[in-house]
Amino acid sequence: MTRMSWFNAVSLTLGFAFLYIPMVILVIFSFNESKLVTVWAGFSTKWYGELLQNEAFLNAAWVTVKVAVMSSTIATVLGTMAAYVLVRGGRFMGRTLFSGMIYAPLVMPEVITGLSLLLLFIGIGLDRGVMTIVLAHTTFSMCYVSVVVSSRLVTFDKSLEEAALDLGCSPSEAFRLVTLPIIAPAVISGWLLAFTLSLDDLVIASFTSGPSATTLPIKIFSAVRLGVSPEINALSTLMIAIVTVGVITASLVTKRQMVRQKRDEQAAART
Amino acid sequence: MIQFQNVTKRFGEFTAIDDLTIDIYEKEFFALLGPSGCGKTTMMRMLAGFETPTEGKIFLAGQDIAPVPPNKRATNMMFQSYALFPHLSIWENIAFGLKREKMPKHDISDRVDEMLRLTRLEKFASRKPHQISGGQRQRVALARSLAKHPKLLLLDEPLGALDKKLRQDTQFELMDIQEKTGTTFVIVTHDQEEAMTVASRVAVMDHGKIIQVATPDRIYETPNSVYVADFIGEVNIIDGVVTPNGEESYSLTWKEGQAPLNVQSPAPFSDGQKCHLAIRPEKVTINSEKPEGVDNAVQGKILDIAYLGNISTYHVELPSGAVIKAQSANTRRISRRAFTWEDTVWLSWTATAGVLLAE
Amino acid sequence: MMRRFFLISVPYLWLLALFLVPFVIVLKISLSDVALARPPYMPQFDWATGIGAFLSELDFENFTWLTEDDLYWKAYLSSLKIALISTFFTLLVGYPMAYGMARAPQEWRPTLMMLVILPFWTSFLIRVYAWMGILSNEGFLNQFLLWTGVISEPLTILNTNSAVYIGIVYTYLPFMILPIYSALERLDGSLIEAAEDLGCSRLTAFWLVTIPLSRPGIIAGSFLVFIPVLGEFVIPSLLGGSSTLMIGKVLWEEFFSNRDWPVASAVAVVLLLILVIPIVLFQRNQQKQQEAEQ
Repeated sequence: MTRMSWFNAVSLTLGFAFLYIPMVILVIFSFNESKLVTVWAGFSTKWYGELLQNEAFLNAAWVTVKVAVMSSTIATVLGTMAAYVLVRGGRFMGRTLFSGMIYAPLVMPEVITGLSLLLLFIGIGLDRGVMTIVLAHTTFSMCYVSVVVSSRLVTFDKSLEEAALDLGCSPSEAFRLVTLPIIAPAVISGWLLAFTLSLDDLVIASFTSGPSATTLPIKIFSAVRLGVSPEINALSTLMIAIVTVGVITASLVTKRQMVRQKRDEQAAART
Repeated sequence: MIQFQNVTKRFGEFTAIDDLTIDIYEKEFFALLGPSGCGKTTMMRMLAGFETPTEGKIFLAGQDIAPVPPNKRATNMMFQSYALFPHLSIWENIAFGLKREKMPKHDISDRVDEMLRLTRLEKFASRKPHQISGGQRQRVALARSLAKHPKLLLLDEPLGALDKKLRQDTQFELMDIQEKTGTTFVIVTHDQEEAMTVASRVAVMDHGKIIQVATPDRIYETPNSVYVADFIGEVNIIDGVVTPNGEESYSLTWKEGQAPLNVQSPAPFSDGQKCHLAIRPEKVTINSEKPEGVDNAVQGKILDIAYLGNISTYHVELPSGAVIKAQSANTRRISRRAFTWEDTVWLSWTATAGVLLAE
Repeated sequence: MMRRFFLISVPYLWLLALFLVPFVIVLKISLSDVALARPPYMPQFDWATGIGAFLSELDFENFTWLTEDDLYWKAYLSSLKIALISTFFTLLVGYPMAYGMARAPQEWRPTLMMLVILPFWTSFLIRVYAWMGILSNEGFLNQFLLWTGVISEPLTILNTNSAVYIGIVYTYLPFMILPIYSALERLDGSLIEAAEDLGCSRLTAFWLVTIPLSRPGIIAGSFLVFIPVLGEFVIPSLLGGSSTLMIGKVLWEEFFSNRDWPVASAVAVVLLLILVIPIVLFQRNQQKQQEAEQ
């Protein structure tokens, strides 16, 4: 056993080093004085200052957040509906096509999704801007939401809903008062997933955005194509920091909930 | 063949096996019996090589097996979960261990077919484990662990996952196979009936210690402690103080207002020693009239009757408040049964019916 | 009844309008000809001439073109090659990690799990960008290797296929680890003990029991890497060089630089046809696994 765990320890250490060292380097060099990203020239936060004065970046960030909030919210509503239909909807016309359309965008290369949506928007003469990016992001992220939510719905005990109906709830009350609170964690993580996917997306946004709306990834991509720059390092650091804080907070909250639940169960078992 | 010498096993603070010494003989069907957590599984895993003793030594055929890894031991184990490889067919599962020995192909094939015949699984050779029933899986696990001609076969709760009827049939099959193959079997179980049925010797364990090792009938008839008496089957325990009144004969003073009981015991007790008398319910006779010429008789009222089909157990409350259980075979149809609730009855037993146990 | 109709029809119509219809348009344009017009392709559908005349002008010229110009089939082949090789390397790095996680003490596992997932939540673009600073000629890897004396001249890694492989392994590693981990964690430890009991050494037990039983995880992980990598655009365009041919990049350039929409559409249609095979295989693997669990 000891021999094996020695091997495991080494592979885990190397693996996580591989995963995290690039980001650590990125963060460290965002505080570099020099314009050269690879040579350390002393500590400085000047790139953060410059970043905050860069109107183009700030505008792009604002557009990105706007798009992400709108598209993830619509996607959560639509995705939850779709999940409910898939798991509880029974048979209906074109069910196979429907579930196919839910799963297909998950494996569709982004370039194809982007291209096809762009051709659609041009075909119907829709001006490209924030609106078209929101439509595009909603379409692919609602599929992710519906996968997350339906995996929760599958394990959900249907008799709870039936009990609510038996006790006099209308179907929509049963959904609101019983189903929704129970699947809420899945819905929330679906929203978070949709939000991050939207924040992160470069390819689809590039196809569907117009000159009036540039998102942050598009901005970063065009800057990065020219090479590394400390300003992008600073921006990346900020984004990494936000995500890290968010993920750790979320995991601490769920962990505390689990601990509390366990304690309650133990207390209940004693009485 | 197997010797445990002062074996102790600790997991951190917890002592699973406590200074245990025991011999297991060749070709015997040996059962380790005890409640969960008593250390019986740890003992078995030390034999298989998955745990090493913290202190002490284990000998297999005179050889210390501590340095031998599990894959080199002449022991095989039948796992509680059966641990059948789900990606291999029944045939390949049974052949698995043989292939590791680099046995020639046709020998493997012969041996596997022989094992399939022995366990009556010929028809299922090409199926996967999830395509057969629980009882069949159990037999595959047995065939797989026997295929390598182990000197010692370890069985970890082998029948735990089967339902009662199937379990009873399988117990006889196990005994049959053990006899045919002449392999030493060590079985771990918490089911006392199972241990009594299959084993030639039973070790009753508790808290990492062996309380008693004996044949099933001796364990049942002459338990050496209240723990063993209570663990195996039903028993009435009567507390009291003994006074010797003859050769191996004592009088037991117990509840106030009750006549002292006459007890015989080969084990010596001193005057005034506190004792427990253990009497099996089936050795207590129940009568409506006071029987004549018996060693012990007490009167009481029927509190409860548990009808089990072949026998009934009567819970009889004595005037002192103590409850004694008596069993009688239902040789007559129920409507003719003599006793019912609230009847006043007499319970009687002979002086040799019970076992006198020290505090 | 109304409610059910509403529930079904809203997401259904949304997907029809924004997923299926665009697709049909791509298919149609792939059969059209390039034109100096806005939009730059023809024929345009015209109600006056009717559907017959419209259909008669569609042809497979673009697809013929794809087979004639060797840029395209080379790009498809090179995408397949890069996807295959990088999937293999991701497996090579991911399997030991998943194994280590599954064998780690119970109380560590949620933390390890979080450490694997965390990079997934951070921007893909940033994770690729991070490697640009490491792999460049004066980057950290070269500085480190020069310092240790392993090399005397800086290696050219950035803008080569090696950089693309590193970038893919790095960004897609979580997709490989998670399915393998969940397969390994479910593995009943007594199976390994049974194998050892029957005469296997640790290594043969691993080879004969652990690997076959984690195979569904390996297959799922490999497809989860292989399928998106095939259409990957960001990694080859940032880390790869001009010689790095990947079909996602070709499509992008065909569309944005050459403005040849019909050919770009044809490229997309062919890419999708290629993807159908691994997707169907993947689906079958998942289904088999689900049935096995029941």
